[in-house]
Amino acid sequence: MIAIIDYGVGNLMNVYNSLKRLDMDAVITGDKKVIDNSSAIILPGVGAFKDAMDHLVDHDLVETVKNNASKGKYLLGICLGMQLLFERSYEDGNWEGLGLLKGEVVRFGQGLKVPHMGWNELHINKPHPLINEIKDGEYVYFVHSYHLDPKYFDDVLLYTDYGVKVPAVVCKDNVMGMQFHPEKSSTTGIKLLQNFKELIK
Amino acid sequence: MLTKRIIPCLDVDKGRVVKGKKFQGIKDVADPVELGKFYSDQCADELVFYDITASHEDRDIFIHIVEDVAKNINIPFTIGGGIRSVEDFRKVLLAGADKVSVNSAAVVNPPLIKQAALRFGSQCVVLSIDAKKNNKGSWDVYVKGGRENTGIDAIEWAKEGQRLGAGEICINSIDTDGVKQGFDIKLNEALSSLLTIPVIASGGAGNMQHFSDVLKCGADAALAASVFHYKEIAISDLKEFLHKENLPVRRCL
Repeated sequence: MIAIIDYGVGNLMNVYNSLKRLDMDAVITGDKKVIDNSSAIILPGVGAFKDAMDHLVDHDLVETVKNNASKGKYLLGICLGMQLLFERSYEDGNWEGLGLLKGEVVRFGQGLKVPHMGWNELHINKPHPLINEIKDGEYVYFVHSYHLDPKYFDDVLLYTDYGVKVPAVVCKDNVMGMQFHPEKSSTTGIKLLQNFKELIK
Repeated sequence: MLTKRIIPCLDVDKGRVVKGKKFQGIKDVADPVELGKFYSDQCADELVFYDITASHEDRDIFIHIVEDVAKNINIPFTIGGGIRSVEDFRKVLLAGADKVSVNSAAVVNPPLIKQAALRFGSQCVVLSIDAKKNNKGSWDVYVKGGRENTGIDAIEWAKEGQRLGAGEICINSIDTDGVKQGFDIKLNEALSSLLTIPVIASGGAGNMQHFSDVLKCGADAALAASVFHYKEIAISDLKEFLHKENLPVRRCL
């Protein structure tokens, strides 16, 4: 059973629906016990970084997520959920994240339309089972105003170009993240979720 | 490279798509989910479902459609029509919409943009503007389906919308809408150069060159309805055409 973490941020049904379509057993939950007993965790998220962190704190889920990750359980952050995995974000301030991965979340540079919204090309940085059968140049749907500046670019599996190399899929051991929305990214998004399914078997 | 988006717009009344001819390989063209899927398979980048239902009771049907679309289609979609309050935003977002488009209600109550952006994020707030050229060489904002001139300058209103937190501007040109002689290039050019958020051009698509023209002048996306619904242009063909025009697009491979 995959636990999609419900911490009061946005609509989680779209992620849930796309897992269901892949015959994945999933539950939307904020219950620590259910999360502890899950086979893998998905941390979704839309909106502002600070709000999302505040919600995780209010729901008393920060330690739950960290503990599960440190035990080696697969954890996938999606969109803002990916950004939360990192150390810090400068979105309207300076906020601490979960710190499971090394890096900071920063604003896009001048001269670009923000949000970075729409379909952009994926480029392969490092092969990994999570990105099996994804070809260089496939498109996924992004929508975000801040991007990850990773400490180790080696943690980046796929990236896209938008002014800078924008990390699109990151992975370090059992902790992974996708900056775009796989559940909204047509066949490429489905392939990535399918890979995640294989990985956590 | 970030691609230019092609967005078909589907008008929905009492649960059915209003326009639409016979399509090969699709059973029920009036079914929003079927038609949405058809476009998604053709490589449409996003979909817009516009609720033109007049009565209040029928709004519930529309919410079910939003849920159905979310369950069955995995590209982003926007909901518009009859959005008046933060609560209206919440309802359609919870039903699975990715973005919500607001038009007249934002003109009457501009703080709505800010409230929705703060609550749900700018990325889901689309400010839709109906604009018509005046005799001073600028454009006025119209409301009530294009019937009432507010006297507000369209470009100023777009800038204000951006300041209040809209994540995108959809600009519908009343002059070009339905005429099929091309998008309003000047208006889209002006907005694209002045705004830092994406601009969706709407109104006037008649042939594939029209899409190329408006996307080359700076618009980030182009929206159309009848040329797609009446099968005058297949989205997959349009993508190939735009690619040959050296525009970055997501092609159906």
